[in-house]
Amino acid sequence: MRAWAPIAIVVALLAAVPLVTASNVVLNFMVVALLTALVGQGWNLLGGYGGQYSFGHAAFFGTGAYATAILQVRYGVNAWLGFAIGIAAGAAVGAFIGALSFRSGLKGSYFALVTLAFAEVLRIVASVAPITGAGVGTLIKLDLRAEALQFQSRVPFYWIILGLVAVSVVIMRMIEDSRFGAYLVALRENEDAAKALGVNTTLVKLAAMTISAAIAAAGGCFYAQYFLFIDAGIAYGPWISIAALLAPIVGGAGTVFGPLLGALVVKTLGEATKLVAGDAPGLDLVIYGCVLILIVAFAPSGIAGLLLKARQRFAALKSLRPEPPHG
Amino acid sequence: MAEPLLRVEGVSKRFGGLLAVDNVSLSVESGRITALIGPNGAGKTTLFAMISGFLTPGSGRIYHRGEDITGVPPYRLARRGIARTFQIVRPFAGLTVHENIAVGAHLSRRSRAAARDAAARVAQLVGLAELVDKPAASLTVAGRKRLELARTLATEPNLLLLDEVLAGLNPTELAAMVPTIRAIADRGITIVMIEHVMQAVMSLAQQVYVLSEGRILTAGSPQDVVGDARVIEAYLGRGAAARLAAAGAPHG
Repeated sequence: MRAWAPIAIVVALLAAVPLVTASNVVLNFMVVALLTALVGQGWNLLGGYGGQYSFGHAAFFGTGAYATAILQVRYGVNAWLGFAIGIAAGAAVGAFIGALSFRSGLKGSYFALVTLAFAEVLRIVASVAPITGAGVGTLIKLDLRAEALQFQSRVPFYWIILGLVAVSVVIMRMIEDSRFGAYLVALRENEDAAKALGVNTTLVKLAAMTISAAIAAAGGCFYAQYFLFIDAGIAYGPWISIAALLAPIVGGAGTVFGPLLGALVVKTLGEATKLVAGDAPGLDLVIYGCVLILIVAFAPSGIAGLLLKARQRFAALKSLRPEPPHG
Repeated sequence: MAEPLLRVEGVSKRFGGLLAVDNVSLSVESGRITALIGPNGAGKTTLFAMISGFLTPGSGRIYHRGEDITGVPPYRLARRGIARTFQIVRPFAGLTVHENIAVGAHLSRRSRAAARDAAARVAQLVGLAELVDKPAASLTVAGRKRLELARTLATEPNLLLLDEVLAGLNPTELAAMVPTIRAIADRGITIVMIEHVMQAVMSLAQQVYVLSEGRILTAGSPQDVVGDARVIEAYLGRGAAARLAAAGAPHG
């Protein structure tokens, strides 16, 4: 099918990266960028397609990360199983916060504030609760076996995160092509009109938030396995909530490739800032802020929107050009 | 006597100190066009909002096909076949006309392809076929009114509540829209319309209810209602009917 070809091409191109370079710096950069793309894709479903702007996707990311880590460290659960349970736990937190907010009709900035508050409460709880290792954090024991989901090289991690991103992109395309997707976009555009046409908007938003949270939690699970250490500031910190919304907004919210595009651009900018300005703390955040302002002001549909517009202009120009004379 | 399609019984709604709808009862016979007229602020839209589930009545009951639907949420009423348009049009502005209509068509169809096919047929019916690929945001007022109509029609309702779909149209657009509404009624869909354009009400409606200051002032055929002194006074002020009669007498 025509719609699937771009996904196959993009994934194939990205899959070729480790074949071209063995540089750990490049691979590490790509893994972090893809991780951002994954969490951003989660945000994109709820925020980009559904128009429900969450400022607290850290709540799901962190839950996935902690569930994976704690299950292994304290209960000796297999890492792969821990990964799966982590995703489910993140989805459950999403469903819980979603049920509370949507049933009480929270919208717009109120919804954003409530999600932010939940993430912050979880961060504070995680920084004092004994089970999370409180202020010390949780360290996953080094055990470089595939069964433990740990690898000597970064390449297998790269395949795994690329696989997760590919799955998230495919899920997003399937949702785009479904009644659920049509309803989600409709309620973003006008919730009352959607209700009048028979859309159970509360249920649709709740489903979107649960899937969105599951995707973000998968990112958290991966983070824990990749870095083998998390604490409250990493797992539930605002950095990931910001990354989750920045990538899709820069790349193009409500588009399948927006988060991936945005994550690559934002991470490249972040690295470039570090090269130029050294390790000045917070400077990358300043740059992100500026980029966000520029995007919102001049390209509200992100880079994907700009590309689409450029293509339409080009097509219009081509149709204006007179037919070349024959012979 | 057969149960009417829609029956409203003693419904009231209060907003703070304002009694917007005061003990209104009406019934809508299946297969007819019923008009709800009255001056601005009479409570017509509030009454519609209660019938379509967007507001819950303070008191009174609403029945659809004999079943109590008071306080049932809008999305469930849509599934029962009660569809409404909005006075202030609410297009899904970022989507194409086709996608807008398809959202309505999804009510009884899960598959995207089936919904889009049905949407194309509805677009044809309401005269939007030429514009299906345009973004809804690019439509004129008349186009947006047609789109409201098309989306609700796509849900395949048995009862269609039209809130001023003719308001803001120029005479040409009006002349084009009236047959569209008649065609919908001819398909067996019962219509209740709030309307200020009396010319259209006179030509379309079989039954008219006049609402003023939240109460039903009178009801009857369009001809009976426009001649009613109370109706003229509700629109033009106390004593207007007498003054009109006095002014008109020398010519008559």
